[in-house]
Amino acid sequence: MGEFFSKLFSGTIPLEAYIVVSLIMFFSGIYGFLSRKSLLMILISIELILNSIDINFAVFNRYLYPGNMEGFFFALFTIAISACETAVAIAIVINIYRNLNNVEVDSMTELREPSANETEIKEVNE
Amino acid sequence: MEVHIVFYILSLIIAVFSVMAVTSGRLIRSATYLLFVLLATAGLYLILGYQYLFAVQTAVYAGGIMVLFIFAILLTQRPGGRITPESVKQRVFAIILSVAGAFFSGFIIISNIGRVSHLVDMKEIDSRHIGMTLMGTGKFQYLMPFEVISVLLLACIVGAIMIARKRS
Repeated sequence: MGEFFSKLFSGTIPLEAYIVVSLIMFFSGIYGFLSRKSLLMILISIELILNSIDINFAVFNRYLYPGNMEGFFFALFTIAISACETAVAIAIVINIYRNLNNVEVDSMTELREPSANETEIKEVNE
Repeated sequence: MEVHIVFYILSLIIAVFSVMAVTSGRLIRSATYLLFVLLATAGLYLILGYQYLFAVQTAVYAGGIMVLFIFAILLTQRPGGRITPESVKQRVFAIILSVAGAFFSGFIIISNIGRVSHLVDMKEIDSRHIGMTLMGTGKFQYLMPFEVISVLLLACIVGAIMIARKRS
């Protein structure tokens, strides 16, 4: 038992420890992506997935090629791309909310915007 | 020794809060849990010795993207309101799929990667080196992706405004 603990707290942190951490993050993201219905929850799950990939890039670079910086810059560019993706996705979510008044996936059955004519009819009905 | 303790604390934070972020019933809470996960990830970068990546992660992810999320949640959700829970069938399906995937990949990782787990010392990456690598056009230098990212950011700004603007 004591040997186990001393092994746990000595030497370098193994590569697979980092990868298991990012694995847990990745598959909790997959779970959220498959099970949740709210668009914003799905976006949060995508962020978790992207973040776990970033950890993998940095860790592989540090452990396998410590002299080079490929993984470092790949993680950097991935962060920038995920920022773009979130900005556009949130614009889409806000637009959907304006048209349908909720952000559930089930209520989105068509991508078309309601035409001016339909909006008038809707307002009259309400 | 100290590094190990910090690593275990950070990985515990990541594991617990990433599961809580996708199972929470309130959106604003899961956004907060996501923030904890992102900050703990920044801590992992610091352990690895990538200070610049730590700064970018904190500023862009934990700063910028989280602000966007909280804006979107507050614009589309009643404050403190719960989202309607999903059907049990869908949840069980997702749990089975993700747990099976996790065990499958975990098995592959544990049985294959054990042979490369040694850490070579790395000299500290100074910001001059990062800047030269980002701005150079030679081998292992990244001016082209940098420019492509800048065009992508511009397109993303224009696209976001185009999509989110009010049509009158």
